[in-house]
Amino acid sequence: MIPEIGLAALWLAAALAVLQLLGGVLGARREGMELAAVARPAAVLQALLCTVAFLCLLYVFAVTDLSVKLVADNSHSMKPWIFKVSGAWGNHEGSMLLWITVMAMAGGLIAFVERRLPERTMLATLSAQAFVGLGFYAFLLLSSNPFQRLSPAPPEGNGLNPLLQDIGLAFHPPTLYVGYVGLSVAFSFAVGALLTRSVTPDFARVMRPWVLAAWIFLTLGITAGSYWAYYELGWGGWWFWDPVENASLMPWLAATALLHSVSVLAARDALRTWTIMLGVVAFSMSMIGTFLVRSGILTSVHAFAVDPERGSFILALLVLYIGGALVIFALRAATIAEGERFAVTSREGALVVNNIALSAILGIVLVGTLYPLLTEAFDIRVSVGPPYFNPVSAIFLVPMLLVLMVGPLLRWREDGFARIRWQVIALFAVTLGVLLGVWLVADIHLLPLIGLALAVGVGIASLLPLAGRSLRRTPLATWGMVVAHFGVAVALFGMASDSAFQQERLVAASVGDAVEVGPWQGRLDTVYPVAGPNWTAIQANLHLAYEGGAERRAAPQSRNFWAPVMETSEVALLTRWNGQLYVAVGNQAQDGRWQLRLWWKPFVTFIWYGGVLIALGGALSLVGRVTTDLRRRRRPEDDVDEAYPA
Amino acid sequence: MRRLRIILWCMVAVAAALFALFYYQLNQPKNDFVTSAMVGQPLPQFALEPASADRPGLATADFKTGEPQLLNLFGSWCIPCRIEAPQLEALERQGARITGVALRDTPEDVAQFLELYGNPFTRIGRDDLSETQFALGASGVPETFVIDGAGRITYQHIGPIAPGDVPVILAELRKAGSGS
Repeated sequence: MIPEIGLAALWLAAALAVLQLLGGVLGARREGMELAAVARPAAVLQALLCTVAFLCLLYVFAVTDLSVKLVADNSHSMKPWIFKVSGAWGNHEGSMLLWITVMAMAGGLIAFVERRLPERTMLATLSAQAFVGLGFYAFLLLSSNPFQRLSPAPPEGNGLNPLLQDIGLAFHPPTLYVGYVGLSVAFSFAVGALLTRSVTPDFARVMRPWVLAAWIFLTLGITAGSYWAYYELGWGGWWFWDPVENASLMPWLAATALLHSVSVLAARDALRTWTIMLGVVAFSMSMIGTFLVRSGILTSVHAFAVDPERGSFILALLVLYIGGALVIFALRAATIAEGERFAVTSREGALVVNNIALSAILGIVLVGTLYPLLTEAFDIRVSVGPPYFNPVSAIFLVPMLLVLMVGPLLRWREDGFARIRWQVIALFAVTLGVLLGVWLVADIHLLPLIGLALAVGVGIASLLPLAGRSLRRTPLATWGMVVAHFGVAVALFGMASDSAFQQERLVAASVGDAVEVGPWQGRLDTVYPVAGPNWTAIQANLHLAYEGGAERRAAPQSRNFWAPVMETSEVALLTRWNGQLYVAVGNQAQDGRWQLRLWWKPFVTFIWYGGVLIALGGALSLVGRVTTDLRRRRRPEDDVDEAYPA
Repeated sequence: MRRLRIILWCMVAVAAALFALFYYQLNQPKNDFVTSAMVGQPLPQFALEPASADRPGLATADFKTGEPQLLNLFGSWCIPCRIEAPQLEALERQGARITGVALRDTPEDVAQFLELYGNPFTRIGRDDLSETQFALGASGVPETFVIDGAGRITYQHIGPIAPGDVPVILAELRKAGSGS
């Protein structure tokens, strides 16, 4: 009964989406205003129905209802409870339902609260939102029904990929999805504004919270995904330039650019066409990312998410939305009036550099990711890896970070360089000093060296906008910018430090043997088998001490799951403030010794602290923006120009 | 404005080309065993410097021993190569003689890679400019070739060797051994 309720709710929601589309289109064309009045309620009701459907799915997974095909295929009665529930979205159908639920919720929220835009633009936005939504409803209902029954019900389910039985990963895909969906809202706003030719600062202010929210979730999603790959794959790396990782990085790069350009539009009414363009590109990257992950046309470590047949459906949606939006854009762009002009030395000027650099890096990652696909069409197989991505993106990353040091100090519209001359000279002198200092004392590669110097420079520069201000009266949005930019410095420091100073050891050790890596020394005490709820493992027990300090226990495991059969590595991490010791246990050699892999990774944790700080900065901005908006709505006369971007 | 419009239509064209590529690739059968034009041909001429201190370099002449051998292309920077490392060791345990070519690598990185992921190789040549890789008709990493005792390429495996591929490659080695 429950699955049928879910399915019925989904069909109803799809019908409401049709109504919302029609009402929106008629309203935007100033016809049939009776039907246009339906658009907003339809969006709100849709959100409720999708929530009901999603709750139904959670329920069938929670009780392991094996008469539902999706549960039988992906769950198992012996799985821990939390992974039963997270299994609801750890598969294609469930994740698409989650996508559409979040999307409907976003649509409902806009319809419910948003009153600032001209009604026509609003209706055009709602119909764009419904149009995008309908594609996913069709996908879900016609080709991937999550509530399909299985008769007779099997006695036991097929289990879940053990790599996915991890608390971090239970929340990694939904986080990214919320980000993607947020970008779909930005996309709908962009299309709505384009269709009604009203690209205004107001439009930018309405769109900005959605971009910010999407960007926060994408940042968290990428940070969590990177940490997951780091400790779950057991290879000691935190970023592999894998196609699937790139698929999540590309929308983030576009969203970061959009976030900065939308601020220019909101504050200064400039970069109109460019902002619309980025709105379209950001969502395109989410769709292309989803397509690459789900279709499996690229080889990746994330092969568990692959299904080639569904790839065609996503491709069709891609062509429809992205192709369609680009064509509308090409037809309409010339009719959007040019925005305000500004001087090169100004806040806007710096943000334009940021946008160009981010777009260039986006292009580099896109080309690198898709290049094997292109050459394969001519039967040439290549693999593009770090030797391409790292140096080539650094060409744009380095100037972007240099501008990041200066940009926030500049005023809007026009500024004299002379005003901030000494600050800039001091910043660059410090950066150069660190560069030379580290170069003299440590023998490290060029990129990590530049990274360390820039991390220090950006770290100091990010705090300068607070200088001479009353910290209590500084707007939250400014705090957000400071915290996020400081997070960039922290993450960069972690990356550079890890690649410059990490120490790696592979040892074959018998029980009782001493092991050492970098400043850590210890001993392999015992090795014995342990059993979990759905796995058995070989566990190595070590004691290790940092520079002769207190001994700490590390117990890495090599796990064997039995449903389905799979071997994974559970690494042991010993975290200190200045880095992490990473221990993985491998197979037993023929002479009875155990393979141990040890890495000492100085300051590696800063990568993820930085990621969290960046997201926190976004959250501060979001709260600041939304509260300002609410205040302004109560007292419209407060409508002053904003001094700081997101 | 005119220029903007031209740029935008160019973007539409690029997107269309991209979608066409996606469509084409989506409908392409995924086959990891694409035969190189070099299969069945004698090995191209090469003489490579050693890529690590404890193994000699590799030259075409080293294959004319009357014994079939494997030739594995790898790189310390290549993640799939790490994944296939245990399978190479398994092949070695089961009697395969394996030679390697390290692509675009430094001796230090190769030494570290071998220490971490095992060293089943009898000889390792260094190919800093991918010349030998291209001469072999290989374009990706890792790839593994079966070379018979007369120095002829008899089989090519593209991509990392999965555990299921080990018996296939052993059979190919036996075939190359009985044929010459």
